[in-house]
Amino acid sequence: MKANTHFAFFDEGSKKEIRRAIMKAVAIPGYQVPFASREMPIARGWGTGGLQITLSIIGKNDVLKVIDQGADESVNAVSIKKMVHETTGVELTDRTEEADIIQSRHRIPEVALTKDQIIVLQVPTPEPLRGVEASEYVTKRMHSEDDYSGVWLMLFEQIMKYGKTATTADHPVYVNHRYVMAPSPIPRFDNSKMHQSDALILLGAGREKKIYAVPPYTDVKSLAFEDYPFTVEAFEDKQCHLCGSADVFLDELIDHHTGETIHQCNDTSYCMEQLNKVEKAEVESSYA
Amino acid sequence: MREEPILQVKNLRKQFGTGCVECREVENRKLEKNFCKSCGTVYACQDISFDLYPGEILGIVGESGSGKSTMMQCLYFDSDVSSGEAFINTSELEGKNVFELSSQQKRAIRNHVYGMVYQNPVHGLKMDFSSVGNIAEKLIAAGNRNVAEMEATSRRLLESVHIPLHRMKEEPRNFSGGMQQRVQIAKALSNNPPILFLDEVTTGLDLSVQANVLDLIKKIQRDLGISMIVVSHDLAVIRMLADRTIVLLNGKIIEEGLTDQVLEDPQHEYTQQLVYSLL
Repeated sequence: MKANTHFAFFDEGSKKEIRRAIMKAVAIPGYQVPFASREMPIARGWGTGGLQITLSIIGKNDVLKVIDQGADESVNAVSIKKMVHETTGVELTDRTEEADIIQSRHRIPEVALTKDQIIVLQVPTPEPLRGVEASEYVTKRMHSEDDYSGVWLMLFEQIMKYGKTATTADHPVYVNHRYVMAPSPIPRFDNSKMHQSDALILLGAGREKKIYAVPPYTDVKSLAFEDYPFTVEAFEDKQCHLCGSADVFLDELIDHHTGETIHQCNDTSYCMEQLNKVEKAEVESSYA
Repeated sequence: MREEPILQVKNLRKQFGTGCVECREVENRKLEKNFCKSCGTVYACQDISFDLYPGEILGIVGESGSGKSTMMQCLYFDSDVSSGEAFINTSELEGKNVFELSSQQKRAIRNHVYGMVYQNPVHGLKMDFSSVGNIAEKLIAAGNRNVAEMEATSRRLLESVHIPLHRMKEEPRNFSGGMQQRVQIAKALSNNPPILFLDEVTTGLDLSVQANVLDLIKKIQRDLGISMIVVSHDLAVIRMLADRTIVLLNGKIIEEGLTDQVLEDPQHEYTQQLVYSLL
């Protein structure tokens, strides 16, 4: 027997509960709102937090884009897209500009988001203080008391050990000058995109049962010591070997045959767009 | 002109349990030591009052279970008091009962006014963070955001407690007990706190290390003029460090006075027993 699934998989009660958590998260920027994370048809830790947010907010006329570390075609992104499409029938897209909702694992697209868009980030560890304090009871208190010396201490330790802050991703940020937030493991390169963002940013942690948010036009400041300013990953003199873009987040790849190191756009749809532009220009100029 | 105490404690009470008809009346409670047999309530601290003056070391002695550590925990806000008042004589805190402040304000006092050295370094240090980081933690908590400055301060402090600088980036869990204790002292001193609590700091250390730590404490008092409360059940430690001494028994102060006076001419029966049982 095959029963028809409800629109967007969830029953309306579940959606309502998750939406209420989202509303609260938006009202208190950077605060982790606990919610009753549902059992999902994918395993916890595979984007269930993001997926639950997406399913709760999606409407029939929305257009959805899902990316997994910059790629639209990775297995995880495709599976999530298929599931949402099968239960809602919404249109899917790869183009960032066309999407109303963008669910993303660990990247914010290169194309600047607009005020009509919502980006949903999947979060494995929502608690920026987890590295120094194991108890949830204590970390909650630390947040309420604005006691963030633990996070600073982690950064200090990294400077002592490696001579610089060594957060490869998930560099903690102050949201609206109050809560310290884990921006999900986006590269430091993307941290600045959260600051005064036009788009609403929602973050969901399914396994940890937390939802939090950065509302549009909110101050987001990466933590940094006075004498060790915040820096992003540098790709000086490097450019994408396919489309030639230089001021984007690049992946480093090693060519197995030649042993050469090459760089490539991490955001695949952005790269494709650039290539199409070049081709279009070539075609037009050759016909003209 | 009289000297003003830097810390005044008035009627500090701490009980574990709700109490019953038998033990609720302060005047005629029937207790077995500090324990009410009919309801099981423990009266750990009963009406403890004392003053701590700037630059002095106040010794607190008593057998195990006499309420020494509970009192320290209450003063350092590690646990809440049942009732009582404490006043710290600084311009911002004047006239305020610090037990009634918000937890943020209490944390500010811990970060700016207090230093604490626990009996067990596990409580005072983060064992898997570097020694330098441990000291910086307190500076960070007090609002410092300059790495070079904090590193320099930590370096100076670790040097003053004789931790070899080539080991400053090592985690305290690799250190011996005595070294851990000295790192803890360095951490407690990092903000130049006017008040320092020392809870059985030398217990469990071997004699030469003990002497080392005691020397260090004495030197700190001389050089920096920090007021200290030293809890110990070791009378030799108290004799060496403390200017004045309080004797606790079953959560009550039974005797207090100049250390020499208390140890040479004990008045209370229990103190006499304590002093004469010294080997």
